Amino acid sequence: MTCEELLKALNDYVDGAQLTEICEEFSQHLAGCDPCQVVVDNIRQTISLYRAGQPYAMPKSFEERLQQSLKQRWEEKHGGSGASATFG
Amino acid sequence: MENQLLDERTETDLLHEAKEGNFAAFQQLVTKLQPRVYGLTFRILHQAQDAEDATQQTFMALIEHIADFREESSVATWVLRIATNNALKILRKKRTVKMVSMSEMASEDSYSDVPHPEFIAPWSQTAEEIAQQSEVQEELQKALLELDDKYRLVFILRDVEGLSVRDTAHALELTESNVKVRLLRARLILRERLTKKFGDALQAMIPDHKHS
Repeated sequence: MTCEELLKALNDYVDGAQLTEICEEFSQHLAGCDPCQVVVDNIRQTISLYRAGQPYAMPKSFEERLQQSLKQRWEEKHGGSGASATFG
Repeated sequence: MENQLLDERTETDLLHEAKEGNFAAFQQLVTKLQPRVYGLTFRILHQAQDAEDATQQTFMALIEHIADFREESSVATWVLRIATNNALKILRKKRTVKMVSMSEMASEDSYSDVPHPEFIAPWSQTAEEIAQQSEVQEELQKALLELDDKYRLVFILRDVEGLSVRDTAHALELTESNVKVRLLRARLILRERLTKKFGDALQAMIPDHKHS
């Protein structure tokens, strides 16, 4: 197994592929290789860390402007009383 | 009471009602999707005004095209794809000098020059514990910003937003294999940097094997 093949397998493994789907050689390697296991764990932690943060709340003032603009556009497109659903 | 009922509708239910011309359902759908759309465009653009522009363009486009949406993907995936395109357009305009060309953006990467892990150590705290620290968010964004756009975008869509490899490829007009290579590179660069910061140096390890 070359370095590239190993890294590729490792990447698929992080993405949730089962060991059996990747290859026997990688599976055996991972079982006996602490550094590889730690790299996999580091990558998973890295992804979790980026997912854990929700720092970008939409500004309230923008939300109001957005709703206004959308309402206006909707009414232009659907003709006048866009806010009430009519069927037929 | 009616609001409660509306809240229980899924995005798909709301989509169907909006397609029939129900503006209240459309508004509910926007409310459900806007945190993700704004978060995604902010992560790509790093500027509130630009993120607002991209968000607004995205939902305006939704009004235009909602009737034609064939639902081959979930509505959230579709909207995030529109948001990505809008953010990319703004990004390209801003980076007239520094911006990589479209062809470079879409060129195939290979595994051959992917950087190998150097500093390998278990982290001394969990990601959840680290995320609580106030200065960490800034550090994370700095690390992300230092990545080339082509790696950053793939990481944001796939790993932060949780799109599938297939949907990420579709949104960025890349092949799935190219998404995977770029993802690996982004992950390894960020891993290296964050492990240097959060890894326990006392438990650092050196790969004890040589690959051919």
